[in-house]
Amino acid sequence: MDGSKGFEDALTGEQKIRNFNINFGPQHPAAHGVLRLVLELDGEIVERCDPHIGLLHRGTEKLMESRTYLQNLPYLDRLDYVAPMNQEHAWCMAIEKLTGTVVPRRASLIRVLFSEIGRNLNHLLNVTTQAMDVGALTPPLWGFAEREKLMDFYERACGARLHAAYFRPGGVHQDLPPKLLDDLDAWCEQFPSKLDDIDGLLTENRIFKQRNVDIGVVNQQDVLDWGMSGVMARSAGLAWDLRRAQPYECYDEFDFQIPIGKNGDCYDRFLMRMEEMRQSTKIMQQALAKLREPDAQTDILARGKLTPPDRGDMKRSMEALIHHFKLYTEGFHVPAGEVYAAVEAPKGEFGVYMVADGTNRPYRAKLRAPGFLHLQALEYMTKGHQLADVAAIIGTLDIVFGEVDR
Amino acid sequence: MSDALNELGEHIASKRPDCVLSWEISFDELNVDVAPSSLVGFVDFLKSDATCRFTSLVDITGVDHPDRAKRFDVIYHFLSMTNNQRIRLRVSIREEDMVPSIIDLHPSANWFERETFDMFGILFTGHPDLRRILTDYGFRGYPLRKDFPTTGYIELRYDEAEKRVVYEPVDLVQEYRQFDFMSPWEGAKYILPGDEKTDEVPK
Repeated sequence: MDGSKGFEDALTGEQKIRNFNINFGPQHPAAHGVLRLVLELDGEIVERCDPHIGLLHRGTEKLMESRTYLQNLPYLDRLDYVAPMNQEHAWCMAIEKLTGTVVPRRASLIRVLFSEIGRNLNHLLNVTTQAMDVGALTPPLWGFAEREKLMDFYERACGARLHAAYFRPGGVHQDLPPKLLDDLDAWCEQFPSKLDDIDGLLTENRIFKQRNVDIGVVNQQDVLDWGMSGVMARSAGLAWDLRRAQPYECYDEFDFQIPIGKNGDCYDRFLMRMEEMRQSTKIMQQALAKLREPDAQTDILARGKLTPPDRGDMKRSMEALIHHFKLYTEGFHVPAGEVYAAVEAPKGEFGVYMVADGTNRPYRAKLRAPGFLHLQALEYMTKGHQLADVAAIIGTLDIVFGEVDR
Repeated sequence: MSDALNELGEHIASKRPDCVLSWEISFDELNVDVAPSSLVGFVDFLKSDATCRFTSLVDITGVDHPDRAKRFDVIYHFLSMTNNQRIRLRVSIREEDMVPSIIDLHPSANWFERETFDMFGILFTGHPDLRRILTDYGFRGYPLRKDFPTTGYIELRYDEAEKRVVYEPVDLVQEYRQFDFMSPWEGAKYILPGDEKTDEVPK
């Protein structure tokens, strides 16, 4: 124990002990990126925890002010690079809200499909690496095999495994090949059994439970005070999911359940993420079925000023060719106004606050990342926990530094 | 949706006429302009009033308008999970003005206010720990102000001779290029190179 607190036994000749300060990170595998924590420890108990962030700050918001709306889209991939398309979605929705664009049905379904792939990608990474942080090595190996397959689907849809730039204002960039739909269906068939495997490794695992049960507990008041969202908010029992509460795209026609936690600890959040993956897979299957229905055989872009002309038109029509050239050089103009568009990203509420001034560039774009708020609550959550629990808590907070630092 | 927002806006304006400078609904979102002096009381009202219940803070940020006398807008977003509503507060301040911190009402405002300070240099009174957050240790200037260049003023590199990272003034091999593709027929308000004489009356 700390000798400074009423320890006056001069006979033993023990020296006064002061609290120990350690520097956790920025290059620590359990820091999930470049997080530097300055921890003050009393023995092994965390007394103070000061996260130093910004080591991955790239000035995205500043860069966005000097680029057109379309050129800014790929920056969104680089925020939360674990589930890139969900971020793009918020950006596109902000532009569509300002311009009043209606997304065609097929594009809307594809967006839902790929948002849910994003959720699976994110939760697979988070659940398994969090397990690695508390000592289990096998789950990431199994989980990453599935992630690899999902990223192949990304690649087949848009050509890039990570930085997709697939969702565009007004729709999605390209249509999906029919074979991809079949392969996605096959993947959805086999995925639950892979989840069962990971379940078998972790859910009743004694060590895993010892490290996670009753660790990092949040209650409903904490959720509101610290502005938490997503799984963090639901783990405390708040039934809040933007897909349900403020339905965007066509989420209102899908049948899915939202898991709610009871205890608000790390273990609950693990169980919820596992269940969310099962639900996401169900949504994917529904989206695939809907994509094959006759009313979904529409165009994938709302053709107009925001989107490029059809490739075939460009071969014949001079206007289409000029439009294509102007779109990719000058870009489109967005009417003046300010909007906030939010999506339920896998980590929580990801929002884009956009101030447009009527030109081809955003006057100001603010990206509201869920991880920023969750990391802020880290000090509150770790206080009084052991040093080893810090890694477990950071793991379930689900932090990616691309979006925290921007 | 917008009926409910209208009702909410009218309710807020009638309950706190001293705080609300003006309010409007645009793009299905409720915007309220608030004076900096009444901000804390107003946020407290939004949090505790039964029809508002804006209990979670979503975002705090700033917008820089160098051409205005009141240069900065500080933007607050709140969310009410009970009523499923959002609200946006706008506080306009001069460059030298300070904004009261709302950290006592919403602990989550801590980092948002630090970030707004870091990026715009807006000071929040009553904030316990107003350090820079995203920029480098020892960084100077406020990057998101419109008069701050995108390249910044300082660059750093690893120096092989000194075996450490050195900071130097930015040295660009070529001028930072701002591509401007604004059409000269619609929108662009500058004269294209070579077009300077177009306005001259031919003799």
